[in-house]
Amino acid sequence: MSLQSVPSAAGPGGARERRVRTGEVDLCVAELGDPARPTVVLVHGYPDSKEVWSLVAESLADRFHVVLYDVRGHGGSTAPKPLRGGFTLEKLTDDFLAVADAVSPRRPVHLVGHDWGSVQGWEFATVRRASGRIASFTSISGPSLDHFGHWIKQRMTRPTPRAVGQLLGQGAKSWYVYLLHTPRLPELAWRGPLGRRWPKLLERAEKTPRGSRPTSAQGAARGAEAYPTSSLPDDAAHGAWLYRDNIRARLRSPRADAHARVPVQLITPTGDPFLSERLYEDLERWAPQLVRRTLPATHWVPRSRPDQLARWITDFVLAHEPDPDDEDDAAAAIGTVGKARRANRDRRARELVASGPYGERFGGQLVLVTGAAGGIGRATAFAFAEAGARVVAVDRDAEGVARTAEMARLIGAPQVWAETVDVSDEEAMEKLAGKIADEGGTVDVLVNNAGIGLSGPFLETTTEDWKQVLDVNLWGVIHGCRIFGGRMAARGQGGHIVNTASAAAYQPSKALPAYSTSKAAVLMLSECLRAELAGQGIGVSAVCPGFVNTGITSTARFTGVSAEEEKRRRKRATRLYGLRNYPPEKVADAILRAVVRNEAVVPVTPEARGARLLSRFAPGTARAIARLDPPL
Amino acid sequence: MASAVAGERATELRGFRSAQRLAYECAEAVAARLRPGVTERDAARMQREWLRARGVRDWFHLPFAWFGDRTAFAGFRVPLQFFPTGRRLAEGMPFILDLAPVYRGYPADVGYSGCLGPHPLHDKLLADLRAHRELLLTEVRERRPLREIYEDVDRLMVRQGYENRHRAYPFGVIAHKVDRVKDRRWSPHVFGFGTQALRGLASDALHGHRDGWSPLWSPYRFSDHPPRPGLWAVEPHLGFRGTGAKFEEILVVTDSRDPAESAFWLDDDLPHVRRWAEGA
Repeated sequence: MSLQSVPSAAGPGGARERRVRTGEVDLCVAELGDPARPTVVLVHGYPDSKEVWSLVAESLADRFHVVLYDVRGHGGSTAPKPLRGGFTLEKLTDDFLAVADAVSPRRPVHLVGHDWGSVQGWEFATVRRASGRIASFTSISGPSLDHFGHWIKQRMTRPTPRAVGQLLGQGAKSWYVYLLHTPRLPELAWRGPLGRRWPKLLERAEKTPRGSRPTSAQGAARGAEAYPTSSLPDDAAHGAWLYRDNIRARLRSPRADAHARVPVQLITPTGDPFLSERLYEDLERWAPQLVRRTLPATHWVPRSRPDQLARWITDFVLAHEPDPDDEDDAAAAIGTVGKARRANRDRRARELVASGPYGERFGGQLVLVTGAAGGIGRATAFAFAEAGARVVAVDRDAEGVARTAEMARLIGAPQVWAETVDVSDEEAMEKLAGKIADEGGTVDVLVNNAGIGLSGPFLETTTEDWKQVLDVNLWGVIHGCRIFGGRMAARGQGGHIVNTASAAAYQPSKALPAYSTSKAAVLMLSECLRAELAGQGIGVSAVCPGFVNTGITSTARFTGVSAEEEKRRRKRATRLYGLRNYPPEKVADAILRAVVRNEAVVPVTPEARGARLLSRFAPGTARAIARLDPPL
Repeated sequence: MASAVAGERATELRGFRSAQRLAYECAEAVAARLRPGVTERDAARMQREWLRARGVRDWFHLPFAWFGDRTAFAGFRVPLQFFPTGRRLAEGMPFILDLAPVYRGYPADVGYSGCLGPHPLHDKLLADLRAHRELLLTEVRERRPLREIYEDVDRLMVRQGYENRHRAYPFGVIAHKVDRVKDRRWSPHVFGFGTQALRGLASDALHGHRDGWSPLWSPYRFSDHPPRPGLWAVEPHLGFRGTGAKFEEILVVTDSRDPAESAFWLDDDLPHVRRWAEGA
């Protein structure tokens, strides 16, 4: 392999471009950030060029030496001649090693691959000649062809109904692979109508509106206009040989020793139309040091979720980097000292993903919970903390919310903010949003949970009572959705909003006119907002708990009775709720599940489910129940 | 006459105190010997053997050991789940030892929480138990009904963000009465409980039922009475998402009018109390 590296003038947006020669091709390599920092190499997929990474690279450039290169035959790199046989994984490995040697001759690099970039990454991470050159590997939406080959073989040799289902499922998702194997046609299509329509198709599929998106002006200039590049038709036509040169050969006889000896972070978009999540079921067998992440998005996550990717890549790379204080750590990782350091690094890496069923999904995300000083809000904050999310706990009870924050930190939240804010105060909420944006970024999951109880006949409920209940229960949710949901939508990288309604939202009752009205409004608001935000990848759920053992009964107001009687009823209600003893932790669990599954309306307790059924199929019965006197 | 009564009581308290000390010594000795891989059954056996070697022949209940999320009684539904299992201790796991030997006719019932390696959350739980020890004493001295004190402890736990795990105990008790038992050569046990001690509790329950009090301190109506003079083994148990911590020790309640005399902890020189003192 002849290697020749020619630095050239600075590229657009501060990226330094140079050319690296390997074999008969010339690779176009761009660098950002300080070369003294750890090197992160980003490899693009099909049909892309290195510009697919521009948004991610920009976020990473502050902390790392970021390197992007156009795969041979793509973007600014030259194509091999002839094309047939020029795109084998062996040759692509030569390219990668040449780039790695040019940009980081002494230290191993951190590799990140998307789509075909990830397919290549698996090859680099599993072949012997690249060992020692890779410090960590982040794989996004691209399996190892060898693993894929074994996956198919395993399911063919033991065709249980489940295995056959998985085979057929992935087989259907791979329709484009068959098409790309036809001669000439793909090239014609890409150089013709498909190439012209591709940007629009991509925009529609990935919900990334052009021009309006990126938050920074620089990003808008570089990211939105530069991708897809004008070289797309040629890139796509050349790239068809990636499939033709490798797929059949590797799937027919996969390598038996395709074990990754480096730490691997697997990021799986859950809505990927091309790859099924099942593909990675037994990946631990091939990559023992595996960290899994899931992302509710479609295929092109470097475009649709750059912030989340940048954060996960940063965390993973830092966990596998020697301490910055230890200059000689990387070189001296031998002997007992080196062993201890390696063990320490392994532990840090393992801690990246919190235990529990939701760690993969919520790790590192920013979650805001209102009404977090007790009950469902507190339990929800804890559940997110346990999943490794960064938590903003909001409540007007300063002491309670501080306590929530303290405990949340102890069970695994990497960052916690305790904020004393009244959700009905719009100005205070605006201020909070500004503060959170400065310190933590954009909220990924918003839980509007704060609420107060009010019981008593309508004719005994004063205007003041109404105002109080609506201010907190309805306006609190409106402010939350408007202010935080607005920022979420403006970022354009999806998210989720959960509003705590109540079973009282659809079960009328003569005892709770004001409360039920406020909650019914929250339910309808959630359903309308869900429709509005669906196009932007933001889910909205309304959670309807039912009788849950929380503090709401001990602070609920009872209208039309003396103070003494109110106290008695509070006590009685608290006792009844205590006897029912449905734990808020279960509601918190339902909330996390609702976010993962993007559920619309979630009745939690059996009585809430029952009431929902009645309201839909026997509304007359529900109305009859509304007339009953509560046992208070 | 009065001094004779006081003298007898002092001797009796000394007896209980030495039994409680012995039990805590056992807990500390066994805790110091716990290593990764030890099972709950091993830990229970270690406690039994340690105490047998020091002359214990009878039990209020046989020693228990709970490791990991069993310290928070995660998923406990039937009393059989209290018994030690084959769960192995691992690095960083919390554990609870609960033992109730009868030593020279004096029963003790103690709970000891520890952890194998550093565990900030567990430390926090242990530190927060201090407020419960203080609250219990204050309210017993005020002669508040036991059920109300129970509810206050419960509220404090909720405020702290914890789950009340003694709700999982039989009858949801936070405490039960202890009394001297006859020192017999042969004293069998059923379902882990010494028959002698059970008999004592049963007869207390019978008498108490007639007079309107109960030897069990629970959230139920039968505990709706002021604290009854005697010795109570009190065991507030905090649980938080798979980590639990408790202490158990004896609270002495008398019929004295002097508040300080009316109720006091049998011994203030215990591991958890020393720990708080060091931390303060």
